[in-house]
Parts: sequence; structure tokens; C-alpha cells
Amino acid sequence: MKILVLVEVRHNQIRKASLESLSQACKLSSQVCALIIGHKVKDLANSLSKFKLSKVYLVDNEALANFSNDNYAKALAETIKKASPNLVLAANTIMAKDIMPNVAASLNSAMLTDVVELKVNAGSIEAVKPVYSAKASCTYELTGSLVFLTLRPNVFDLVKSDDSHNNEVENIETTFDKPRSVVVETNVSGNSQIELSEAPIIVSGGRGIKGPENWPMLQELCNALGAALGASRAVVDAGWISHQHQVGQTGKTVSPQLYIACGISGAIQHLAGMSSSKVIVAINKDPDAPIFKHATYGIVGDVFEIVPRLTKEIKAMHENN
Amino acid sequence: MKIAVCVKSVPDTETKIALNANKTNIDTNGVKFITSPYDEFALEEALKIKDANPDTTVTCISLGSNESKEVLRDCLARGASDSVHITVDDGLKLTPLATAKILAKVLGEEKYDLIFCGQQGVGTDNSMIPSMLGSLLNVTSVNMIISFSLLEGSKFSVKREIEGAQETIEGSLPAILSAQKGLNEPRYPSIKGVMAARKKEIKTLDLNTLGISDEINKINDLIKIKAMALPQGKTGGKTIDGDPDNQVKELVSLLRQEAKVL
Ligand SMILES: Cc1cc2nc3c(=O)[nH]c(=O)nc-3n(C[C@H](O)[C@H](O)[C@H](O)COP(=O)(O)OP(=O)(O)OC[C@H]3O[C@@H](n4cnc5c(N)ncnc54)[C@H](O)[C@@H]3O)c2cc1C
Ligand SMILES: Nc1ncnc2c1ncn2[C@@H]1O[C@H](COP(=O)(O)O)[C@@H](O)[C@H]1O
Repeated sequence: MKILVLVEVRHNQIRKASLESLSQACKLSSQVCALIIGHKVKDLANSLSKFKLSKVYLVDNEALANFSNDNYAKALAETIKKASPNLVLAANTIMAKDIMPNVAASLNSAMLTDVVELKVNAGSIEAVKPVYSAKASCTYELTGSLVFLTLRPNVFDLVKSDDSHNNEVENIETTFDKPRSVVVETNVSGNSQIELSEAPIIVSGGRGIKGPENWPMLQELCNALGAALGASRAVVDAGWISHQHQVGQTGKTVSPQLYIACGISGAIQHLAGMSSSKVIVAINKDPDAPIFKHATYGIVGDVFEIVPRLTKEIKAMHENN
Repeated sequence: MKIAVCVKSVPDTETKIALNANKTNIDTNGVKFITSPYDEFALEEALKIKDANPDTTVTCISLGSNESKEVLRDCLARGASDSVHITVDDGLKLTPLATAKILAKVLGEEKYDLIFCGQQGVGTDNSMIPSMLGSLLNVTSVNMIISFSLLEGSKFSVKREIEGAQETIEGSLPAILSAQKGLNEPRYPSIKGVMAARKKEIKTLDLNTLGISDEINKINDLIKIKAMALPQGKTGGKTIDGDPDNQVKELVSLLRQEAKVL
């Protein structure tokens, strides 16, 4: 099984979710190649030395300085021609969902997004993904000489080897036309904030926090835990916080190690976005709130009493360590 | 301007999900179907362009079983010019690539300046069709837009939110754009619209008349559903009792010692 992993660069670094895809690929096969697309990305090949790879492909071109679906898809397609993999893997990010279906369709290949379990059989690939707001999970069998999959971030373990490998690097030279659409401006939001879909811990607030003036209370808990701040749709719709923080069916799908829901009832559309979290803590004053059915640990109580105490306790824990 | 909107009929997100007899898909008996929520944003954006430029046509296209008809009727009631229903026996059985190929075949027969889709068909949550259509129709595609404007000279500008940043993307028509929440506020159908929609014809096509039946069957075989399962009935985990101080102490100790996440 030859696997090509599309590795994504953000802020001049390889994204953690891409390293998870690489880890999974190395677990499944000994013939794994990586692909880095961009401009001035040569040095990043070295940062993959903790993975034993058959090759690191680079498509490094000025025409790739700004993202365009057209040119990035072409870079992926050209690499597939060279590497002739059986499986192309990427993290389930917006970029992957731009270019992978584009190339999969042009090559008449089967593709699936947001996979949470993966198995390679003789002649087929078995992949599991949650469907219908995570009310069901579906096992698919994919066949054909080439299959495309994107993996949900934070679900697959990150395993690096102890040794450094001197992986062979190959440049793929190709020419690019003027893209028919291209990014002309990027505004990095929320400065140092941790990206929700990749955060290891998330603290989320819902209507139970009463009003936007109480975000600092949750933000302090976030700071103590190194967590990202999430929200229910009810509070996004109420204008308390921007949509980027929304977790759920019409927001982000997250899968952190720890998800702390504060004053969130646990509507099915909210659960759709977070029920695959490893550990779920619910803090809600209504003992019958549906969120408790999904929580690993439930506290029936008032967020205004629990959250500040929790922040204090976590801070104390860090100080004692 | 000629605009197409791809709309999908999906099980209502509030629906209780049950499995069919051989556990390979959901049981659609008694399930209410709705327009996939993101497709409402797609349609609204097209209608806004039509409002501003009355010679614009907005054609809604839906591929699926009978439920698709209702979705199209609703689009007409909101103000779509016309609609096309591509019928299949079992819409749930279609894989994304097969869906994209069928839609591309129908969309490719006309020259659309803009094709709007939703960013995700709710339920199966694939987020693949718009980009697949882009490559099949050889048209540029941009996903997850939250704003759209037409510029001079058949150009367009859109914004979208990606992980941790907002992007502005410019391009030239024709284009395929997928709509994310935040793009607009979808209108409701007016009574007049509902009445008018009842009289409008919904054009019906099927795979045989399109001549792609065999090709689609072959592609569709590349992905098979092996099994579908419902999550184990969740009964909830541990409830932590006591006064707030003790609740918090116990929670932290459970998170450290039992769950090992701190
Ligand atoms: C098509 C569609 C898509 C949707 N997509 C999403 C989505 O992506 N994400 C999402 O979150 N929702 C989504 N929703 C909305 C969803 O159905 C719920 O309305 C929403 O999640 C409710 O948010 P909430 O839990 O904050 O508010 P509520 O349901 O009002 O819950 C507030 C909770 O706070 C508790 N509470 C109140 N005061 C306190 C206190 N002092 N201390 C502790 N607890 C307190 C209450 O007991 C209650 O359980 C969607 C709905 C639809 C129809
Ligand atoms: N059967 C279908 N009929 C019409 N449009 C569809 C269909 N399936 C998907 N689409 C379009 O593609 C978008 C993304 O769907 P998906 O890739 O399935 O998540 C939807 O929001 C629709 O705009």
C-alpha cells in the first residue's frame, strides 16, 4: 500500500493535524510519502524527520504563494502522477476539502471526508465516519486503484519515531496558469488564540452564562487549561461571540481530549459537533439537561459558582507541579 | 446572468434516526425531509442577484428520490425561476462522486455564470460536491463563502473563514461557490409565491434519459456502505455531588487520575 500524505502548512509550520495523518499513514504502511505545497517551503521538509518516509515531495513555486484551489489541486494532481499512490490522506481541513475532491473527481476515484477510523484490507479500505449529527456511524468500504480520505483532527494519535530520518526530498517542477480564483488577502484572526478544531482542550459556553459580559470568566478557565473557547449556536445567534467559535452541526466539528460544556443544554445539533470528544464535562443547573447523557462527568450546579472555583483549582494544581 | 443552485433534500436534523432492516442505512419511514440548511443560503444569494438584476434566471436542481420535489417546490415559492428534478430510486445509495457526475452532466448542458451550492449536505456531511463539480465542469470553485459581491468585468469577490483566519478570494466567472452560514438571511416564501409555485412545472430527468446509467452504476460501486450503527445508548457518566467546593475538587481529581487528561 503506497500512501501519499498531503501536509498542510500554516504560519510557516506543519499543522498538527497533518502530523496525525502522517502518523496514521506510517502505522498502516512502510511506503509513505509526504507532499508539501507552497512557496519557500523547502526548509519544512526537515521538520518531517521524525517520520520514516520514502520521500518528501515539494511543489515549491511562486504561483503557490497565495492559495488557489486551481493551482493547489494541480500541484496535488502532478504529485499523484509521480508518486502513483493507492491512498491519499490529509487532515479534514478546509484546504483539503477544497483540493482533494477536485483531484479525486478528475481521477474518477472514491473519496470520503471526516474519517474517524481506518483499516486497510486486501483490495479495499474500510473507513468509519459519523453521520446524521453523530446519531449514527457508518462503515464504508472503498475500492479502486486510488482512494482519497480526510481524517478528523485530534482523533488519530500522534506517533513520532525517536530517531531522525534523512528523508529523500524531490522537487516537482511544473508550470501554473493564472488561477481563475485566488486568495488576495488573509486576515489572521484572534492573534494567539488556539484553533478550535485542533485544540486539545475546549471550554464552551451556552445560554447558561447569561450574557457576553461573562466570557472573561470562561476565558480565564481557558487560560488556566491552555484551552480554546467554544460556544453554542444560541449565543452566536444572540451576537455574544463570533461564529468562528460555534461548535456543532452548523459550526465546527471538534474532537478534543477534554470538552467542558458550561451552561449548554446539549441539543442534538450541538452534540453533532463535539460528541466524539474523549472526555466530556457538563456543568448545568438542570439535572435533566440532555448534555448529562453524553457527559463523562456531570456537575449539576451553577456555572457562576463552579467555573471560578475550577479555574482556581487548576491554577493551584499547576503551581504545585 | 444565468445562475444554478444545487439543493439537496435531507432528513430533518431533529429526526430520530433508526436503521433499516439490514443495517446498511437509515430507515426513511416516517422521516421528515427538509432542504439542507446551507442550500437555503445558496438559494438566497442567487435570489439577491436576481432581485438586483431582473433579467437573471435562477434554476434550482435537485437529485434524489421523491422528497426532492418538495424542496424544489419550496425554492420556486421563494422566487426561483425554474427547477429540475433528477430522479433516482434511492437517493441515499448515491456516493458523492456519482452525485457530482450526474449533477455535472445536467449543469454542463447549459452555460451558467454562477453555480451556488451549500458547503455541506447535512446528514452525510461530505463537503465534496462543489469542488468535484469544479473539476468535472472545468470551472473554478470556492468553498464556504460568507460574503459575495460582483465586480466589474465578470469578476467576483468573496470572503470565507478558514482555520484561524479570514480570506478574501477574487476570481472570474464562471464559478462554483459553496455557501456557509453567515452569508445572508434566507427569506421565507410569500403566500403569492407559494400559489405561483404550485402552477410551475418541475422538469424531470432520469439517469436513463441522460444516458449515464451504466457509468454511474460503475462509479457508485467504488464505495459501499458495509454497516451503519447507532451509538450505544448513552446513560451518562458519573454525576459529581456535593457542595461546589467538593464538586470541583473531585472533578479535578477524576480528570487527573481516572481520565488522565490533565
Ligand atoms: C439546523 C440547525 C442547526 C443548528 N446548529 C447548531 C450548532 O451548530 N451548534 C449549536 O450549539 N446549536 C445548533 N443549533 C441550535 C440547537 O438546537 C440549540 O438551540 C442550541 O444548541 C442551544 O444552545 P444552548 O445550549 O446554549 O442554549 P439552551 O438550550 O437555552 O440551554 C441553556 C442551558 O443553560 C443552563 N443554565 C442556565 N443557567 C445556568 C447557570 N447559571 N448555570 C448552569 N447552567 C445554566 C440551562 O439549564 C440550559 O440547559 C442548530 C439548530 C438547528 C435547527
Ligand atoms: N443530491 C443532490 N442534489 C442537489 N445538490 C446536491 C446533492 N448532493 C449535494 N448537493 C449540493 O452539494 C452541496 C454539498 O453537499 P455534500 O458535498 O454532499 O456535503 C449541497 O449543499 C448541495 O448544494
